[in-house]
Amino acid sequence: MPEQIFEYAPAPESRAVVSLRSCYEPYIDGEFAPAKSGEYLTTVNPADEEPLAEVAVSGEADVDRAVAAARRAFDTVWSAMPGAERGKYLFRIARILQERSRELAVLETLDNGKPVKETRDSDLPLAAAHFFYHAGWADKLPYAGLGPEPRPLGVAAQVIPWNFPLLMLAWKIAPALATGNTVVLKPAETTPLSAMLFAEICQEAELPRGVVNIVPGAGETGRALVGHPGADKVAFTGSTEVGREIARAVAGTGKRLTLELGGKGANIVYDDAALDQAVEGIVTGIFFNQGHVCCAGSRLLVQESIAEELLPRLKARIERLRLGDPLDKNTDIGAINSAAQLGRIRDLAGTGTEEGATAWSPACELPERGYWFPPTVFTGVSQAHRIAREEIFGPVLSVLTFRTPDEAVTKANNTPYGLSAGVWTEKGSRMLWTAERLRAGVVWSNTFNKLDPASPFGGYKESGYGREGGRHGLEAYLG
Amino acid sequence: MAESGKRAKGARGSAAERSEDAAGRLAVRKTYKLYLGGAFPRSESGRSYPVTSAKGDHLANAAAASRKDARDAVVAARAAFGGWSSRTGYNRGQILYRVAEMMEGRRAQFTAEIAAADGISRTRAESMVSAAIDRWVYYAGWTDKFIQVIGATNPVSGPYFNSSSPEPTGVVAVIAPPEAPLLGLVSVLAPVIATGNTAVVVASERAPLPAVTLAEVLATSDLPGGVVNILTGRLHELAPHLAAHADVNALDLTGAGELAAGLEEDAAQTLKRVLRPSGDIDWAADPGISWMTPFLEVKTVWHPIGV
Repeated sequence: MPEQIFEYAPAPESRAVVSLRSCYEPYIDGEFAPAKSGEYLTTVNPADEEPLAEVAVSGEADVDRAVAAARRAFDTVWSAMPGAERGKYLFRIARILQERSRELAVLETLDNGKPVKETRDSDLPLAAAHFFYHAGWADKLPYAGLGPEPRPLGVAAQVIPWNFPLLMLAWKIAPALATGNTVVLKPAETTPLSAMLFAEICQEAELPRGVVNIVPGAGETGRALVGHPGADKVAFTGSTEVGREIARAVAGTGKRLTLELGGKGANIVYDDAALDQAVEGIVTGIFFNQGHVCCAGSRLLVQESIAEELLPRLKARIERLRLGDPLDKNTDIGAINSAAQLGRIRDLAGTGTEEGATAWSPACELPERGYWFPPTVFTGVSQAHRIAREEIFGPVLSVLTFRTPDEAVTKANNTPYGLSAGVWTEKGSRMLWTAERLRAGVVWSNTFNKLDPASPFGGYKESGYGREGGRHGLEAYLG
Repeated sequence: MAESGKRAKGARGSAAERSEDAAGRLAVRKTYKLYLGGAFPRSESGRSYPVTSAKGDHLANAAAASRKDARDAVVAARAAFGGWSSRTGYNRGQILYRVAEMMEGRRAQFTAEIAAADGISRTRAESMVSAAIDRWVYYAGWTDKFIQVIGATNPVSGPYFNSSSPEPTGVVAVIAPPEAPLLGLVSVLAPVIATGNTAVVVASERAPLPAVTLAEVLATSDLPGGVVNILTGRLHELAPHLAAHADVNALDLTGAGELAAGLEEDAAQTLKRVLRPSGDIDWAADPGISWMTPFLEVKTVWHPIGV
């Protein structure tokens, strides 16, 4: 490694901007009321394992109350409100998210472990933009191409993951509300805090009571919510395993279902690619958000003729990544979200070595406390290896090679998943040829991991069904 | 087979066959077979079942497809998917229109089969056949338009070209509606293949003969073998295998009746797209795009803009 030109001084974001309560109760019918379950869990900062707050584990009775409140709000207020008025509430929420973005960014980093650079520059602006975008749809739905008189479905039961807590909340709540549905949302067990702060924002925006209800909890809470007979619509983002369980639970009930599940995205680099840009894209593809991204480019497919040139450049770039305090504004790689997830990443990475692939990580010191995993690149990976087939959901890249475009496409599609893919080439016709053949819902060519409220997102095959974002995303909430 | 006892009963044959009988000549009967990968095999199981008219007269023995036949059909549909989905919309439109042309030539046969199966007048049967032919024409016109209508160019907040296009889901298992053996069948099948999917169809168990005749039309319409595969037989035997099959991407439960909830659960394991229409369907109504969209995937492609 060449000599460092300069050292970075610590540049931590102040956490004083966040005032945490000691305990968060479910937000139902416009109020935080003690959970009937009487159960609580502790949410911790994954970067140092310090407890942040107690959060209720909503039980069946709490879910019942929340669904009833959402039904009441749907029947009496929200579905009948003129679209323009509904939209104005969403505009208000978008503005408050912008105003309180620093507070939310720091809170998200504390609860999730992701670098504040990402929460500040990515999660928060995108969450606010999602509300702003959908606000404008509320009074224009007849023009969405979904029929002349699109109708809301009713009560939407929504369950979101821990990797982008507030952004996934925005992806769920903004389109549901814009289309006239009401919501009961369960945030993830390990990252409930930004959703609880969002509940306060609903109060601040004077959103009519019951339109949004937040029921924190774990798996059982989610099961109670998606299985509740009062829900008309179920929307879930998370693992494919839980997605199957939900699809089974919903089967035969007539509830509408959208699922955004796992992925094993292929990032294809052809021999004519702009290599420096490709290296940046590969790094963004797998190390953004510690690789806790369903659309991560976790399989690098590099054309054999340039593999020897590309891999040293990639490793040199990875050596420059800074892992550590997520609140430090220079940090690139934050903490793994939970002990359980760290265990899963370690197990799967372990199989990579056992099955014969070669692991490489930069020299990097891991903090003593908290949950950490170094950026890792596996070479010599075959398609049969578990690290090439299973979603690791961590900062672990599997490198495979190919000789012909046909082989690249065949390998890219050789997965039950179909969420994302990347193509790197300077040749337009080859890019379009490849993009056309990839069985994936999002194809990033000469870029990666770009998201936008106007751009539909969602999977093929076992990565789920339905789209979120854009005109297409509205369909999930209209009948 | 336990059912074979019923077969002796009743006069066999369509109106067309009877008229030949009247001329004093012994009619040459048709063997109703499966349609798999462009060929017309009998069931590998060697089984058949008797098909009767609305009045209870024996009409023919239809093949009773087995699980193996269903799996062979999925293999054929998967093999045909790459080629069919990459045809241009214009080309698929030409072929679907050709299907309408070929059906027109067999109008009398379809009319006789439907009149016998449903116990309806010749005039009523004829109007159903006309509607079925027109439905192929309708979807022939969609093949090069649905991408424009359903797709979009998305105005993202940055220097990126961003466009979304619908693509076919893949292999679709279609449970055809039992009550409308030709018009219903065409109404669920044509939208599936118009957009580039391939299909494995379970024909109306009660009235499978129009489906087999439709297969004979498809086989002579330049439709590549395997794009449509038609199984006749016992729905409760065939449907669960198709619903659980890992290489089937989507399931149309229009004709599944009381089996629908169980099949939907079977389909959850592989996260199939499931279409389960509710209520009675008016097959004469304008179908719009609602029968195409359940079997389309929206793909969004990003590319930076710059010099």
